[in-house]
Amino acid sequence: MKNIIQNINKAFDHRIRLGIMSVLMVNESADFSTLKELLGVTDGNLASHTKALELENYIAIEKQFIGKKPNTSYRASKEGRKAFQEHIEALEKLIQKR
Amino acid sequence: MYNSNIIIYFVIQSTLKMENEKYLNDISEIKNLMDKSSRFISLSGLSGILAGLYCLIGAGLTYKIIYFDTTTLGNYGDLIITETTLLQLFIIAATVIVLSLVTAIVLSIRKAKKSNDRIWNTSTKRLLINFMIPFLSGGIFILFLIEKEILGLVAPLTLIFYGLACVNASKYTLGDIRYLGISMILLGLLSTWFLGYGLLFWALGFGVCHILYGSIMYYKYDRK
Repeated sequence: MKNIIQNINKAFDHRIRLGIMSVLMVNESADFSTLKELLGVTDGNLASHTKALELENYIAIEKQFIGKKPNTSYRASKEGRKAFQEHIEALEKLIQKR
Repeated sequence: MYNSNIIIYFVIQSTLKMENEKYLNDISEIKNLMDKSSRFISLSGLSGILAGLYCLIGAGLTYKIIYFDTTTLGNYGDLIITETTLLQLFIIAATVIVLSLVTAIVLSIRKAKKSNDRIWNTSTKRLLINFMIPFLSGGIFILFLIEKEILGLVAPLTLIFYGLACVNASKYTLGDIRYLGISMILLGLLSTWFLGYGLLFWALGFGVCHILYGSIMYYKYDRK
């Protein structure tokens, strides 16, 4: 039981961060506006949560210009994928336990 | 003392329950977002059913044209197709394809609006590109065959290439399309063996299979 709770990752214990990781697990990368639309959040809100995940080294941020428009895209890092996988497994175990 | 123990017990139980519910919600949210971001889920089963119906009507008309114009009963081997019948067949085929496409687009837009999804996004593009690669290669190949008047293999090849396109596209939309594709490929192969019955296999594949899988998808995803 103790082990399972250890694997519940605090970094993913928020609806929006959980959502960002879910999208990035099944897509090579996603840009800011796609994430914003999928999750239904405001610019500032999304930016602060991607920042938090970036600080944990779970996602990588790429900035580039498409024409004259700046474009920010995100991808899940190797550590991020591993951590999220463990988080999901822990969630599943917790549900089965009860 | 006894009472307060019971109360504590219930409080713990209900917080456990609430946590459990939260985790369950998390899991379904994860699954939902993974699907929504990687698959085109606005495909409507109804468009499959209608496409199947258009096709059956088209096949019926085609059968009539071929039947009246030749003495042999719809046998591709020694079928003589004149320029006018060829034109008529093209018009029927084009109408069926255009009607099916328009129906699919209109119903998908309607479904997307209902669930507040955007119709044109990365997953739509991915679906279209992956469907179009086998579909257009097959289409161009078959047009060349018609140009060179090798008509016998047209029906089997349309079935096979359409099936391959569906299998390829199934990773980017509702998974049931995969089985529609496999059925089409099998029918295409069978129809290569029974070469004279192209129109029959065509009606079975594009008509009956579309209606069958369209209904399955309609009951599974659309009816609520």
